[in-house]
Amino acid sequence: MLKKLSNFTIKSLLTFSGAFAGITILFISIFLFKEGLGFFKKPAVEEGYSLYVNSKNRVEDFNSKRIKEIFDHEITNWSELGGDDVDILLFRMDDIFNYYSDEELGEEYEFLPEKLAEVIKEEEGIIAFVPHLYSPAEYSGVKELSVPNITPSDFFAGRDWLPTATPSPLFGTLPMLLGTLLVSFFAILFALPLGLGVAIYLSELAPEAIRKFLKPIIELLAGIPSVVYGFFGLVVLAPLVQKTFNLPVGETALTGSLILAIMALPTIISIAEDALRNTPRAMKEASLALGATHWQTIYRVIIPYSKSGISAAVVLGIGRAIGETMAVLMVTGNAALIPTSLFDPVRTIPATIAAELGEAPSGGAHYQALFLLGAILFIITLFISIAAEMISKKKNYKDM
Amino acid sequence: MNKRTKQKFAFFFFRLFSIIIVGILIAILGFIAVNGIKVINWEFLSSMPKEGMTEGGIFPAIVGTCYLIIGSMIFAVPLGVMAAIYTVEYAGNGKFVRFIRMMTNNLASIPSIVFGLFGMALFVKGLNFGDSIIAGSLTLGLLALPLIIRTSEEALKAVPESYRTGSYALGATKLQTIRKVVFPCALPNILTGIILSISRVSGETAPILFTVAAYFLPSLPDSIFSQAMALPYHLYVLATSGTDIEASRPMAYGTALVLVVIVLFFNLTATLLRQKLSKNMKNK
Amino acid sequence: MIVTKNINFYYGDFQALKNITMSMDANTVTAFIGPSGCGKSTFLRLFNRMNDLIDGTRLEGECLIKGKNIYDKSINIDALRKDIGMVFQKPNPFPKSVFENVAYGLRVNGIKDKKFIADKVEETLKAAALFEEVKDKLHKSAFELSGGQQQRLCIARALAVEPSILLMDEPASALDPISTSKIEELIHELKKKYTIVIVTHNMQQAARVSDKTGFFMLGELIEYNDTKKMFLNPDKEITQNYITGRFG
Repeated sequence: MLKKLSNFTIKSLLTFSGAFAGITILFISIFLFKEGLGFFKKPAVEEGYSLYVNSKNRVEDFNSKRIKEIFDHEITNWSELGGDDVDILLFRMDDIFNYYSDEELGEEYEFLPEKLAEVIKEEEGIIAFVPHLYSPAEYSGVKELSVPNITPSDFFAGRDWLPTATPSPLFGTLPMLLGTLLVSFFAILFALPLGLGVAIYLSELAPEAIRKFLKPIIELLAGIPSVVYGFFGLVVLAPLVQKTFNLPVGETALTGSLILAIMALPTIISIAEDALRNTPRAMKEASLALGATHWQTIYRVIIPYSKSGISAAVVLGIGRAIGETMAVLMVTGNAALIPTSLFDPVRTIPATIAAELGEAPSGGAHYQALFLLGAILFIITLFISIAAEMISKKKNYKDM
Repeated sequence: MNKRTKQKFAFFFFRLFSIIIVGILIAILGFIAVNGIKVINWEFLSSMPKEGMTEGGIFPAIVGTCYLIIGSMIFAVPLGVMAAIYTVEYAGNGKFVRFIRMMTNNLASIPSIVFGLFGMALFVKGLNFGDSIIAGSLTLGLLALPLIIRTSEEALKAVPESYRTGSYALGATKLQTIRKVVFPCALPNILTGIILSISRVSGETAPILFTVAAYFLPSLPDSIFSQAMALPYHLYVLATSGTDIEASRPMAYGTALVLVVIVLFFNLTATLLRQKLSKNMKNK
Repeated sequence: MIVTKNINFYYGDFQALKNITMSMDANTVTAFIGPSGCGKSTFLRLFNRMNDLIDGTRLEGECLIKGKNIYDKSINIDALRKDIGMVFQKPNPFPKSVFENVAYGLRVNGIKDKKFIADKVEETLKAAALFEEVKDKLHKSAFELSGGQQQRLCIARALAVEPSILLMDEPASALDPISTSKIEELIHELKKKYTIVIVTHNMQQAARVSDKTGFFMLGELIEYNDTKKMFLNPDKEITQNYITGRFG
C-alpha cells in the first residue's frame, strides 16, 4: 500500500516536472500581458496630474501628440485645433508665483486651488498642468480636460519615445521596432554568407583534424557571455567604426549589427553544418558520377537537399539576434530615435527594456509600456521558435 | 571561367571565412587577456572595491556570482533532471509529450531580458522577495532549465535499451531500474549538461539586472534575501556608467578576464568531459 | 575498351583486389559475380575513379580505357566521369523534378541550349523505356515515382551525357521482379550502343544478360569466361561450387 502511494507520488512529481516548462511559459505570458495591457488603461497625461483650461475653451480633441506639440510651442494658437483665435498660454505649477506671492497662497498652499482658478478664469487661452492635489476643478470658469487613454496607435505607430516628458509622456515604439529590425537584418546579412560558408567548409571540405579543431572554437565563441561581447564592441569595434567611417561616435547600428552577427554565427554554423552533413552519400556520388565537380554538387544537390535545415538555422539565428540585450545595449548608442542610416545610433526593444526598467516607477505608464514591449518580444521569439521547429520538421523529400 | 576555376574560387572563400572565424575568437579573447592580465593579482581577486571602483578588487562580485550559480542549480537541476526522466522514461510518444518537448524548446529560445522581466514581476514584486539572491537564483534557474532538460534527455536516451530490458527481466520495477541502472549510466552526461549550464548562468546579465544585482555593496550578502554583486553586471556598469569610466577601465578589463576565464573553464570542462565520455561509450 | 593490368588495390592496410588482369570489349555486357565482400564493386568503381572519394586508398597497376591510363595525372576526372555512366544499387534521384534529374548531367557539363536539353531528356527517357510512363509528370518530383521507375530514371540520367561505358552496381537488387525484368530488357537494348559492366548478386541475372562473366572471390579474379561456358562448364571447381550454390 505504501509502495503504491510512493509510486504515485513519484510519478506525479515527475509529471509535474515534465510539464513545468509549459507552466512557466504560461506564467510568463500571464504576467507580461497583465502588466502590459494595463498600459492601455492609462491616460495620456502624466499620472497624478491633470490639464485644466478656461471653461470657454471649446476644443475637445486631445491626445498625447497634441499635448506634446502644445507644450513644445509647436502649436501656438487654439484656432489650430479648431477653437477660437486665442493664443495658447502655457501654465505649469511654478508659474503661479508670477501671479501671487507666497503669503497669498497660504502657508500650506491651502489657497492655491482657489488662486489657480482665478488665473484660469482670467486667461482665456490658458492650459494649466497641475497636480490633482491642487485641482481647481470645483471652481467656476474652470474646465478639466478629459484626456483619452493611450491608444494602441500611439504605441505602435508613434514616432517618438519620450517616456519621461511632461505633461504628456510619449510612448511611440516605432524607433525601437525599426531599430530592432535594422540591426537584426544587417546582422543576418553579414552572418549568413559567413556562417553558411564555414558550415560548407566544415561539412564538405575540412580534413578531420581541422574539424576537430574548429568545432570547439565555434562552441567557445557561442559560450562567450553577451556582456563580454558588448564590452569588446564598446572598446574595440566602436572606435574602429568611428575611425573608418569618420563618424562623431562609433556607437551605431552598424557596430551593433557586426557584434550581433558574430553572436549569431555559432548558431547558424552548427545547425547548417548538421543539415548539410545529413545529405545521403549516394546522392553526392550520383552527382559526381555524372561529371559534376565537388562545388557543383554542393550548390546543385547538397544545399537544395538541406534547404529546410539551413532555413531553420537562419530563423534561429534571427531569433538570437532579435532577443540579444546586453551587447546591443552597450554598443548601439542610446538614442531612441528613428534610424535613417546604418551610421545612426539606435535602440532595440530588449535594450530599451534593460536600460529603462530600473527607473520606471512601478505600476506607472512607463513601467507598463516596458512590460508591453517585453510581451511583444516574447511573442516574436515564441513565433520564431515555433516557425523554426516547423521548418526543420518539414521534410521536403522522402527519405530513401 | 571553367567550372574547376569556379570551384577553386568558392573553396578559397570558404577556407578564408573559417580563418576569419578563428581570427575573431583570437581577437576577442586575446584582447581581453592582454589587457586584463595587467590588473589581475591576488589583491584584485580578494579585496573589496575602493575609490569608486577605480581601485581595489572584485571579490564581492566573485562571491555573488558563486552564490547565484549555487542557487540557480539548486532550483534547476532537480527539476530539470526529473523532467527529463519523465519525458524519456515514463511518457510515451503521444501529443502530450510532444507538446512538452515543444514548450521546452520554446522556453530555450526566450530572450534573457524576458526572463529578467518575468523574474522581477513574479519573484521581486509578486512574491515580495525584493531584489535578492533568491529572486536572482530562481530567475537564472528558469533560464538554465531548458538546457538541463535537453542535455539530461539526451543522456538518458543514450543509455542502451538493453540495460533496461535486462533489469526488467530480473524482476526490477521501473523505478528501481531508473535508480540503479539508467540514471547512474546517464549521470556523467547529465553532469556535463549541468556544467554547461553553469557556464551559461555565470555570464548572464539581463536576468539579474532587476532581480538581484547591485553595483556596490559595502559588505558581502548575509542572507538569500539580500542583494548581491555579480561579475557580469559589474562589468556592465564599469564599462558604461561607473563613476569614472576612464579610470575604471583597467578594472573592467580585469573583470572581463575573470568572467571569461570562469565561463570558458566550465565550457571547456564540459566539452572535454563529453569527448572523453563518447570515447568510452564507443568502446563498450 | 577496358583493360586492366595487375591491379592491386588497398583500403589502408587491407588489400581488396589482388593482381587483376582482364579486358572487356566494346559493346559487350560483362557481369561480375561473387560472394559479398569479394571486391567486385570496388573493382567496378575503379573505372570511373569513384574510389578516389575514400581516404586512404591506394592503387597499383594500370587501368586503361580506350587505350589511355585513367589514373594518369593528366586525366580530367570530370570528363572521365562524363564518359562513364554509373547506376547505383539503390535508386538515388536528386531532389528535383524528373526532367531536371535527366538534364542535370547536361547542365553541369556546361550545356545551356534549351532545345538540345529537352530533346535529350526525351530521347534518353525513351531509351530507358520510361518516357511513356512519365511524359505527363516531367516536372513533378522524382520522388513521386516508384522504385523501378526511379532506377530507370537514373539510367536515363546516366545516358543523357552520352557516355561510352555504363557501369551498373547491382542495379536491380532493390527492385521487384517486374521492374527487374524491365531493366534486364533495357540492358539488352543498350548493349547495342554502349559497353556495359554489371555487378550482380543474382546469378540467373548474370546468365540472362551478360556476354562474359568474371567470378571474383576474396579480391581475386578466379575465372573470366564467356557466360555460356561459365555457367555450363566452368574451368575451375570453385566456380562450379559457387554457381551451383554450394556456398554463398
